Amino acid sequence: MSTQDQERLELLQGTLDLLILRTLIFGPQHGQGIARAIQQTSADELLVEHGALYPALQRLESRRWIAAEWGVSTNNRKARFYRLTKLGRKQLVRETTKWNRLTQAIGRVLTNSES
Amino acid sequence: MFWQKRKPSDFNAEVEAHLALEVERLKGQGMSEEEAQSAAQRSFGNVTRAQERFYESGRWMLWDTLRQDIRYGLRGLAKSPGFTAASILTLALGIGATTALFTVVRSVLLKPLPFKEPGRLVRVYEQSPDGKSPFNWIAGGVFAQWKKQSRGFSDLALVAPWMQYSLSGAGGQLPEKVRAAECSWNLFSTLGVKPALGRSFSAADDQLSANATVVLSWGIWQRRYGGDPSIVNQTILLDAKPYAVIGIMPSWFTYPDSSIQLWTPVYHEEKTEEIQAIDSHDFTAVGRLQPGVTREEATAELSVITRRLHDQHLDNPFVSKAANSRPLIDGMVGDFKTPLYVLLAATGCLLLIACLNVASLLVARGAARRRELAIRAALGGSRWRLLCEHLTESLLLSAGGGGAGILLANALIQWFIAARPDMSRIEAIRMDGWVAVFLLGLVFACAFFASLTSSVSLRGGEILSSLQESSRSHSAANARVRLRQGLLIIEVGLTVVLLVGAGLLLKSYERLRTTDLGCVTRNVLTMRLSLPEAKYGQGAQRVSFYQGLLERVRSLPSVQGAGLVRVVPGQGYGGDSGFAIAEHPPLPPGKGQNAIVRWADPGYFKALGIPLLRGKTFDENQQLDQAREVIISESFVRRFFPGEDPIGKHLLTIGHRSFEVVGVAGDTRFQISEPVQPMMYFPVYANLLTGVPPWATLAVRSDHDVSSLALPVQKIVQEFDPELAVGDVLTMDQVIGKSTLDAGFDATLLLAFAVFSLVLAAVGLFGVLSYVVAQRTIEIGIRVALGARKADVLRLVVGQGMIPGFVGLGLGVIGALGLTRFMSSLLYEIEPADPATFALVSALLIIVALFASYIPARRATKVDPMVALRYE
Repeated sequence: MSTQDQERLELLQGTLDLLILRTLIFGPQHGQGIARAIQQTSADELLVEHGALYPALQRLESRRWIAAEWGVSTNNRKARFYRLTKLGRKQLVRETTKWNRLTQAIGRVLTNSES
Repeated sequence: MFWQKRKPSDFNAEVEAHLALEVERLKGQGMSEEEAQSAAQRSFGNVTRAQERFYESGRWMLWDTLRQDIRYGLRGLAKSPGFTAASILTLALGIGATTALFTVVRSVLLKPLPFKEPGRLVRVYEQSPDGKSPFNWIAGGVFAQWKKQSRGFSDLALVAPWMQYSLSGAGGQLPEKVRAAECSWNLFSTLGVKPALGRSFSAADDQLSANATVVLSWGIWQRRYGGDPSIVNQTILLDAKPYAVIGIMPSWFTYPDSSIQLWTPVYHEEKTEEIQAIDSHDFTAVGRLQPGVTREEATAELSVITRRLHDQHLDNPFVSKAANSRPLIDGMVGDFKTPLYVLLAATGCLLLIACLNVASLLVARGAARRRELAIRAALGGSRWRLLCEHLTESLLLSAGGGGAGILLANALIQWFIAARPDMSRIEAIRMDGWVAVFLLGLVFACAFFASLTSSVSLRGGEILSSLQESSRSHSAANARVRLRQGLLIIEVGLTVVLLVGAGLLLKSYERLRTTDLGCVTRNVLTMRLSLPEAKYGQGAQRVSFYQGLLERVRSLPSVQGAGLVRVVPGQGYGGDSGFAIAEHPPLPPGKGQNAIVRWADPGYFKALGIPLLRGKTFDENQQLDQAREVIISESFVRRFFPGEDPIGKHLLTIGHRSFEVVGVAGDTRFQISEPVQPMMYFPVYANLLTGVPPWATLAVRSDHDVSSLALPVQKIVQEFDPELAVGDVLTMDQVIGKSTLDAGFDATLLLAFAVFSLVLAAVGLFGVLSYVVAQRTIEIGIRVALGARKADVLRLVVGQGMIPGFVGLGLGVIGALGLTRFMSSLLYEIEPADPATFALVSALLIIVALFASYIPARRATKVDPMVALRYE
């Protein structure tokens, strides 16, 4: 992850996978588009080094959660588009549930000031 | 995780596309081209790193690295063809020789016999009552008792393995002598083998009253009968008697050895009194253990039965008291264990020397590449990768050596089979899966050994110091020289061990060959005659044949003498018999004397140059029952007539007939490697126990090359009897050669290994010294400039070579003293620590070392100090 800006949140490993899967739910997207989407949607809180996206994409592709093929972007440039597979959708649901449970649990511990 | 491998070019294209899109977007936001480019690069991060990570993803890295190493290794080896060729040839020699010998050891000694459950098969023996032969042959009468009473064996079979027949008949083919074995009907079932065609013997065939039957081997069926299946149930003539062929054995089957071409039922062939005798040890036996019974238990039971029989015949001194046994495979190949393992160890030494040589070459090669390696290390190449590359290079060399080694091994095996017809199970020698595994193991072991011993120069600190070092300092080079000298010491040590072994075997063989047999051996021809009973049933017929033949043969020009004897000296034991001396007091009951029995014609002793020390030879006119003379050997007199004149005394033997001692002949050895035993000679024209002997060996002496007489003599035999086949037409030198075949072979092979290793060691020494001179050229130049003389330079260089030479020699001598102990069973009248051999080997090694040092030393003395100092 980027070391340039300490104020930006550092992403835990594995959560990047979750973010990519979530981003792709809106339709197929190429690498640069995914990077931008994450940045924008998180209101620039999450800064992803674009190059570091690719190992995650390869991992997801090897697990067949996303599938890829070459296509043409909106302004007629060649790009490799990734889309969510059925398995990917299921995985997204699983991961999201896990994340929610995790954050809720952490939240409970943090707001518990009595003990 | 297995996914379709994406090409790196595909990924690079994606990265390019990504950057292009980002640049577009930033330009859309108002940046200039260059600003957009650098911003896009920044937000991407390290492109190269991404590409590297993609490249490394997955488990392909290992395979990729290996492929790369192999490619670079091949390229590097191709660039130095001399080094590559030398290494591959050296390794091929070592790997080929070791693989060939391992094949022989595996096929002959380790592979189980091809019978059913061969681990349950046992060779059974009697122990001779005087204790001298623990694995003595068996008497038929004793066997009969074993068969009847034993419970520990599920099956016992009797075999008489030294039979010969004159095979004739079936359409005018020439008669030939064939080796055969008589066996009890259940031999094949005991071994668990079925015939390929027809049937094997039944109990009904194995009786005196049955029709004569015979089982053929595959070999003779193919060779003489063209593999025609209709030969089954036809009749062939053995010794002019008709035998019905009832079956053919499979092609892989041999018992007891591969020279046996047919089997006949023993109870049908042997006379009743011979097969029932309990003191005449003419047979061998093999048995199959009952399930759950150990060999020791079953043998102990047989010993009890034997002892009981012995105690019932206490007056007969030749009945054994106990039985003995060993696993069938030991019985067949036991004699070859030590020689084969010694040869295998020798090839192991040769292989080790080859590896050391290659390692030394690799060290030298590493020195030449040290700058390249240093730069690579500085650029971040891990030492592990460098080691892997080094190992891969060694593996390539080793694989090349293995490939060439297989060809060499094949050739060696073919030669081995041709050169050792005396070896048991020779038909089983072939390469199998175990040999392939062994070969692969050798290839890897050689690669690991060579690369690890030579990789010392890849030590981390050394790599970087090479960059700093100038030619004037040579600290790392020193370490390399010391390493190579260390390798050389081990090489020299192993070479000395091999040389000592070879020297001992050679000396032993020479002693063996020049042992005096007690008779003339130059230009003597021998051949075996055997008169079939059908035509020569009467003693008088045999006598007239022998006499006529001898007369004709003696009349040939260039024949200096001819005689008949049971077997010539050096041809084997023959047989022995018990006897008593009439004029001596009778021996206590249970004590017996026996001596080797020979029958000979009166002219035999003169013909073969055996001196008659006392008395005279047989009377020619005394024949058949009237022949009552016996001639005894010198050692017979020493043992049984100490201090008295034996002439005129009488021996009681062979059916308690009395024979008068008329002469004393000089000693002859029955086997060249065995000590002299007492012998008694009976006239061949006499009626011995079974009448006039129906077979004998004709010995013919000539004054020049005797092999030219082979054909004329055989023609004479043909004239007398066209159907008579002679066997084993050999000169005495060939007879001796046959009995010393194994000793000669072992000596030759070990000598070849020793010579090869000496050459390798000399080459290694030469290489080390050349290296030293090249490394220290500047130093030598300085010394010469400061006033060193030629002699000083010579001493410096030669010392560098001779010191490891001497240390290696010392280690080798110590090693040899310890190891040659194991081959003492192969040595004849030589001590394993024979000082003459050790001295000779040491001298040889020093001379060779000096020779190998000569050229590099001369080169050193030619160093021009000005030129040397200018070199940087």
